[in-house]
Amino acid sequence: MVKARYDLAFELYPYARSADQDAVVRHPVVIVGGGPVGLALALDLGLKGQPVVVLDDSEGAGQGSRAICFAKRTLEIANRLGAGEAVLAKGVVWKQGRVFHGSEEVYSFDLQPEPGHRCPAFVNLQQPWFEKFLVDAIRRAQGAGAPIEIRGRNAVTGVADVDGAVRVDVDTPDGAYALEAEWLVACDGARSPLRDMRGLSFEGRVFEDNFLIADVKMTADFPPERWFWFQPPFEGAGQSALLHKQPDDIWRIDFQLGWDIDRKAELDEARVRARVDAMLGKGVDYELDWTSIYTFQCRRMERFRDGRVLFAGDSAHQVSPFGARGANSGVQDAENLAWKLDAVLRGQAPETLLDSYDEERRAAADENILNSTRATDFLTPKTEASRTFRDAVLALAGRHAFARPLINSGRLSVPCIYDGLSLTGADALGGPAATRPGAPCMDAPLAEGFLLDRLTGGFTLLGIDALLPEVPGIDARLALDTRRDDPTGLLRARYLGDAPGAVYLIRPDQHVVARWPRAEAAKVSAALDLALGRSACA
Amino acid sequence: MRLILDPNIPDPDGFYDELLAAHAGLSDAESAALNARLVLVLANHVGDRAVLREAFSAAQASGATPAVDPSA
Ligand SMILES: Cc1cc2nc3c(=O)[nH]c(=O)nc-3n(C[C@H](O)[C@H](O)[C@H](O)COP(=O)(O)OP(=O)(O)OC[C@H]3O[C@@H](n4cnc5c(N)ncnc54)[C@H](O)[C@@H]3O)c2cc1C
Repeated sequence: MVKARYDLAFELYPYARSADQDAVVRHPVVIVGGGPVGLALALDLGLKGQPVVVLDDSEGAGQGSRAICFAKRTLEIANRLGAGEAVLAKGVVWKQGRVFHGSEEVYSFDLQPEPGHRCPAFVNLQQPWFEKFLVDAIRRAQGAGAPIEIRGRNAVTGVADVDGAVRVDVDTPDGAYALEAEWLVACDGARSPLRDMRGLSFEGRVFEDNFLIADVKMTADFPPERWFWFQPPFEGAGQSALLHKQPDDIWRIDFQLGWDIDRKAELDEARVRARVDAMLGKGVDYELDWTSIYTFQCRRMERFRDGRVLFAGDSAHQVSPFGARGANSGVQDAENLAWKLDAVLRGQAPETLLDSYDEERRAAADENILNSTRATDFLTPKTEASRTFRDAVLALAGRHAFARPLINSGRLSVPCIYDGLSLTGADALGGPAATRPGAPCMDAPLAEGFLLDRLTGGFTLLGIDALLPEVPGIDARLALDTRRDDPTGLLRARYLGDAPGAVYLIRPDQHVVARWPRAEAAKVSAALDLALGRSACA
Repeated sequence: MRLILDPNIPDPDGFYDELLAAHAGLSDAESAALNARLVLVLANHVGDRAVLREAFSAAQASGATPAVDPSA
């Protein structure tokens, strides 16, 4: 019998008996885990018409505070999947960050000085809401015929390779059953039981530090900015502290407590309150909404594909929360994998296309781990020398601008550019670097709406002041004319630079495959083959 | 640009004096902190990452025991 492992913030998919529990059924895709990554993947596949089953051992979004910062790329993906509006409506938009050393402000940053994007740099939203909005979008998609099924209280207890599939053993309130998956995607979180069942390792660094989260509910008129203190001036705040606004008058407060602590004692309400009181000042009225202590690690699996089992999100890689790279990068894993699984299942691409999922998202994970490790080294210096340099940076930053960019309280999540990887084609245009092959398309305002909203139909051939050839296998064509479609000039600036015109081949996940000054059907066709992994051995 | 390793400081004795004077009366920890700030200020002035990398190697190699030739 499966027991609930945690309390729910929202019950989203209560257990219901499935016909599969009476006879073994084979499914094209089974996803284990209904966290942000598993849900995004299911929605993406379902919208493409691909039947998909999600198994989760609980019945909804777990209570408690984890991710709060959702980055622009995640919002863009959510928009494409039909969940973006709810996230944007509920989330707190912010772009300003301030860094303090003691009581002195030493640095501030503005994350999106650049106009012309539909989505803001970040919104803050509690993770259970993000998951709820994905499930809401799944329910809407199901209503429109998307073949998605979510099964709550379905705990996966075993996997075995069988001919052409993976057999999955599942435990439910009505007892055990088995089903088969042509492709099994493990989105089962950092402790991934599937990773253990497959005997795969998860190596990396443990950081010896404890962080106390106190989410407090209060009506305060602090601005919606990210405030970060090194050596906070308030008593008991530890070595660093963070204050960040969430929806519903909830504020995330985070204290760095050090390694040798008594976790139970630190979570004592009176003790937490003493810390929060010292930070917020006397007479501020608040409720404690949630408290927990977390430690963290930076690590990844050696490979994200193990035959017919693919790993995505925290099961494949784990980073420190500084930089908000966990859920954000996991959602990008999901969107990378969704179109590749779809292409393989439709017979448009060989199975080896899935190796490019491993290649691209491993590169992304390495970039995220590098960034979050660097932030963590700055926040929690490990040696006397690193502490001396850290403090030197902070001491200089108040007076001298040069030291401010060296302050690292988390470099916030940006998507990885797949430079030089197997599916990335040539840059025959030599246009703006930000939209080079491998990069996710940058948004731009059009005369009506935004560019990214027009790049949602699979492989798209985008022409800007250029003729588009007929190329078999291209799903969508978008011909833009800067005289008509580019009222702000940003489309030209971001996609043409000095070129008179350009043709871009864009993947279903909105990454650029290749670009040319003008279109030649044969070249576009070859780039399409490359992006679908059809020319790897040519 | 390459890292300058030939004499480049006018009035070497005077410079050395100023360097020590900056540390006068400081504890070991305060001196270490001052040195760290100094490294950062000077590194920013140089700016060129290749030159800075050469400087790291030059400083590291000279820290080895004199009898050992680091290139051997
Ligand atoms: C304090 C903190 C702050 C964070 N802040 C941010 C942030 O601001 N931004 C950000 O992007 N990320 C942040 N993260 C990271 C983020 O929470 C994770 O990266 C994210 O939850 C990973 O999503 P996931 O879907 O891979 O896994 P999870 O969310 O862990 O979901 C895994 C799911 O699998 C299910 N499951 C597990 N085992 C089984 C089984 N055997 N059978 C069936 N189901 C199973 C679980 O019940 C769960 O629903 C933060 C993390 C922490 C701890």
